[in-house]
Amino acid sequence: MGNGTSIGRVRGLGSSHHGTHHFLSSRLTAVGNLVLIPFLMVSLALMPSHDYATVHAWAAKPLPATALILIMINTFQHARLGIQVMLEDYVHDDGGKIAAWLFVNFVPFAGAAFGIVSVVRIALGGA
Amino acid sequence: MAQAPGKRPLSPHLEIWRWGPAMLVSILHRITGNGLAFAGLGLLLWWVGALAGGPASYQTFLDWVWLAPAGGLQSATALLGKIALVGLTWAFFQHMATGIRHFVLDIGAGYELEANARWSSLTMLFSVAATSLFWAYVLLH
Repeated sequence: MGNGTSIGRVRGLGSSHHGTHHFLSSRLTAVGNLVLIPFLMVSLALMPSHDYATVHAWAAKPLPATALILIMINTFQHARLGIQVMLEDYVHDDGGKIAAWLFVNFVPFAGAAFGIVSVVRIALGGA
Repeated sequence: MAQAPGKRPLSPHLEIWRWGPAMLVSILHRITGNGLAFAGLGLLLWWVGALAGGPASYQTFLDWVWLAPAGGLQSATALLGKIALVGLTWAFFQHMATGIRHFVLDIGAGYELEANARWSSLTMLFSVAATSLFWAYVLLH
């Protein structure tokens, strides 16, 4: 256990025993976004055209496909953590808290899974 | 909150303070973050799902979000699509700049009143400038 001082609580020994993980995960995924999202934006900006053939051929290549799947994992996790904090600040009644808890634990994973399946189809599907 | 219900006095909230840049970028960080999460990731999933579905579904995405060849309702959604894409670009740059500001604040720096206000204002200058440059490049090159 912590010794009851604020540094003891910061070290993860406060009442919840895992207070710092959320904070650190939010920062870690922020750094990931700092690489992944500019990569996506610069790639899209540099494309000579945005028709199906050009964009599909780009997304099917190993590096872009990897980056897109990492976005589905990293960016969705970052968004999930941020939305959770926003809901914790603004939703105060018990029913709303349960709805928020269900939302934050289901929807981001469903979205990320759909995104990953889509990228895999693009990279491996041929069509 | 675990306080007694009723008319307990509340601490002064947003409306009582004079607005400053730090307050503004703080709430902008939350607004842009949630905008990017809901609208941005939603649009990203539509885009990547349409791309995986083949040429027809990708063309449907382009038509409704940007091109509007059919006119009518599509003109309205394509106008919204353009506003959303430019808005999301700005939201990303603003969220990125205020996020980097948070990294600096996390290490305990940048709390002096003048420096705090100056860097807060600079995040907004940066986001507008970066958005303008990005779209100028996309549309003109």
